[in-house]
Amino acid sequence: MRLEYPTNIKIVRVPCTGKVDVIHLLRSFEKGADGAYVVGCLEGSCQYNNGNFRARKRVEQAGEVLESIGIEKERVRMYNLSSGEGTLFAEYAREMDKIIRELGENPVKKAKRKMDAA
Amino acid sequence: MIVADKKPIDEVIETIKDYEKILLLGCNECVTVCEAGGKKEVEVLASALRMYFLNNGKKVSIEEKTLERQCDHEYLEEIRDVIDQYDAVLSLACGVGVQFTADKYLSTPVLPGVNTCFLGATEKRGVWTERCQACGKCILASTGGICPVSRCAKRVMNGPCGGSTNGKCELGPDTDCAWQLIINRLEAMGKMDEYEKLSPLKDWATDRAGGPRTVEREDIQS
Repeated sequence: MRLEYPTNIKIVRVPCTGKVDVIHLLRSFEKGADGAYVVGCLEGSCQYNNGNFRARKRVEQAGEVLESIGIEKERVRMYNLSSGEGTLFAEYAREMDKIIRELGENPVKKAKRKMDAA
Repeated sequence: MIVADKKPIDEVIETIKDYEKILLLGCNECVTVCEAGGKKEVEVLASALRMYFLNNGKKVSIEEKTLERQCDHEYLEEIRDVIDQYDAVLSLACGVGVQFTADKYLSTPVLPGVNTCFLGATEKRGVWTERCQACGKCILASTGGICPVSRCAKRVMNGPCGGSTNGKCELGPDTDCAWQLIINRLEAMGKMDEYEKLSPLKDWATDRAGGPRTVEREDIQS
């Protein structure tokens, strides 16, 4: 398909989105990611029945934790698509990239840089 | 198990804001099961706190450890060698764990990270209900296995009271009348004759009202 999506996106492969936990998402922010999104199978199509539903909940929980410490919860997001929807994958990547660019840099990363320089 | 609930993060931040080196100490027992203070909750809270303080320009070191239990000497001894490295311990154990840790390490502030709620059971994931008030004199044998001390708001021993309507407590439609539950169960077991027996006055001397309690078993003491 030769689709293009933003090059700043780093893919972390997991066997199922049900493997993704709140701490994985939070650690990505601690390590300086500006945003993190989980792309799971379509709801109702999980091979393990509810892996993607679990992931959605955890994404919501991570968003709440981030919000409670003053970081925009919009920086974490859950998307669903089937493995045949490459076009959608690229579209979601562009959408997430746009959202994060509008929000700007991860404030934690900015603060860390400031602290290291001081 | 002992059921606890997470404290709001604002409250936790307020409690620890004056310290620079903090040990976030989880417990592998009850608070793990009720998802308030186990290893996972320690990881998430530690990560959130690190990001919060960093974001606010404060250099705070938060390290994580989860003990098998915080209510036993042998497990609490595991942090003896490192305790002096910290300004404070934020314990995600129940009130027992917090106090036992504080007892053991006299000069280190030990702060609670959860609210200890009650002795309860897991109804389903994310819902826990109170089932025991540790009154010290169990009467479940005569009440069909349902406790009027913990589940009846009035702790009525010969119930139900006049506030019971359609099997619900006058507290509201979400609260079952404990005595209705007792009657239902006694009926199902064919033991309604138990219900007819008047309960004697309950000895509350074994309850909390008599002050802090101790259980001593000489037969197993070494």
